[in-house]
Amino acid sequence: MRTGQTISWAQQDGIIELALHREPCNEIGSSTLDELEQFADALGSLEHDSHALIIHSGQKAGFCAGADLRELHQRSQAVEKDAALRGVREFLERIHRVMNRIDASPLTTIAAVHGVVFGGGFELALVCDLMIADKMARFCFPELRLGLVPGFGGIPRLKRDLGNAVVRDLLLTGRSFNAAKAQQVGLVSQVVAEGEALRVARSTAAQLGKFDRDTSAAAKKFVKPIPYEELRHEIDIFCELFSRPAVASGLKKFVESTDAQPYLP
Amino acid sequence: MQPDQTLDEILTLAAAHFKVPREKLSPDDDFFKTLGINSLQALDLLTRLENHFHIELPDYELQGVSDFRTLASRIQARL
Repeated sequence: MRTGQTISWAQQDGIIELALHREPCNEIGSSTLDELEQFADALGSLEHDSHALIIHSGQKAGFCAGADLRELHQRSQAVEKDAALRGVREFLERIHRVMNRIDASPLTTIAAVHGVVFGGGFELALVCDLMIADKMARFCFPELRLGLVPGFGGIPRLKRDLGNAVVRDLLLTGRSFNAAKAQQVGLVSQVVAEGEALRVARSTAAQLGKFDRDTSAAAKKFVKPIPYEELRHEIDIFCELFSRPAVASGLKKFVESTDAQPYLP
Repeated sequence: MQPDQTLDEILTLAAAHFKVPREKLSPDDDFFKTLGINSLQALDLLTRLENHFHIELPDYELQGVSDFRTLASRIQARL
């Protein structure tokens, strides 16, 4: 068992559980990224004795609300524009390495999601092989509201899994949709009752343990290619957009909102 | 479903979930204030309403909507 400030992980009976537990809704900033990198480094040895990885959240509000926009705004304001852009690119390259590592794991990976699954949180869930959603889960790519596109690998991975029309709907309207819709379009494999996602993920992971691990890994590699070139391209597009004044004003508006959690458009 | 019934079911669902006496909720109330909820909880309410009425209601349809009556009309338009 390893317990950090923002995430924890444990391994039992061949199942690794990675829990997100940063208030208020697991926003991914530098502290979470540091610990995700530690997890990615540890994954190599954990994989030897495991067949499945479950990623879930201990926060009531949801799985993950995405990037820590307050930290992004503060850091961008503290330095010159070029330095801010370099910082953003470095952050994106680091989070992509983590996401790519989990994506490429020979384990079968399951995201057990509830509540808010937004932006970077949605992108983390998309890294996984299977998504099991509480019926109150809600999915969204709100980045266009800030003048950005998803930057943690969301677009290529969504394109990998879904039809392009659904990708355009999510990306270009910035709207959220619920678990039933997510299952209807093929994003979610199972929709379960409130509070049941982790239990069902554990049950699913236990079932996976009955199969030969190498066969599962070979099947996964065959059906789930990692779109490395598009992932690189996404970082470039994000950085190009980030340098525009509209983004700075969008971030400022978000940070200065009087609502503690300004999730509505 | 008739509009009055839609409105009544919204008020009943909101009262039950946010633990507010049903009789304290009126159609023209600002639900953010009456229920004491923020935008995250409003999204939670939206998901519950979608599940209850078996509809899909994009969140941008709720932009600027804060009273139960207008919310009911948005839902009614999807039934």
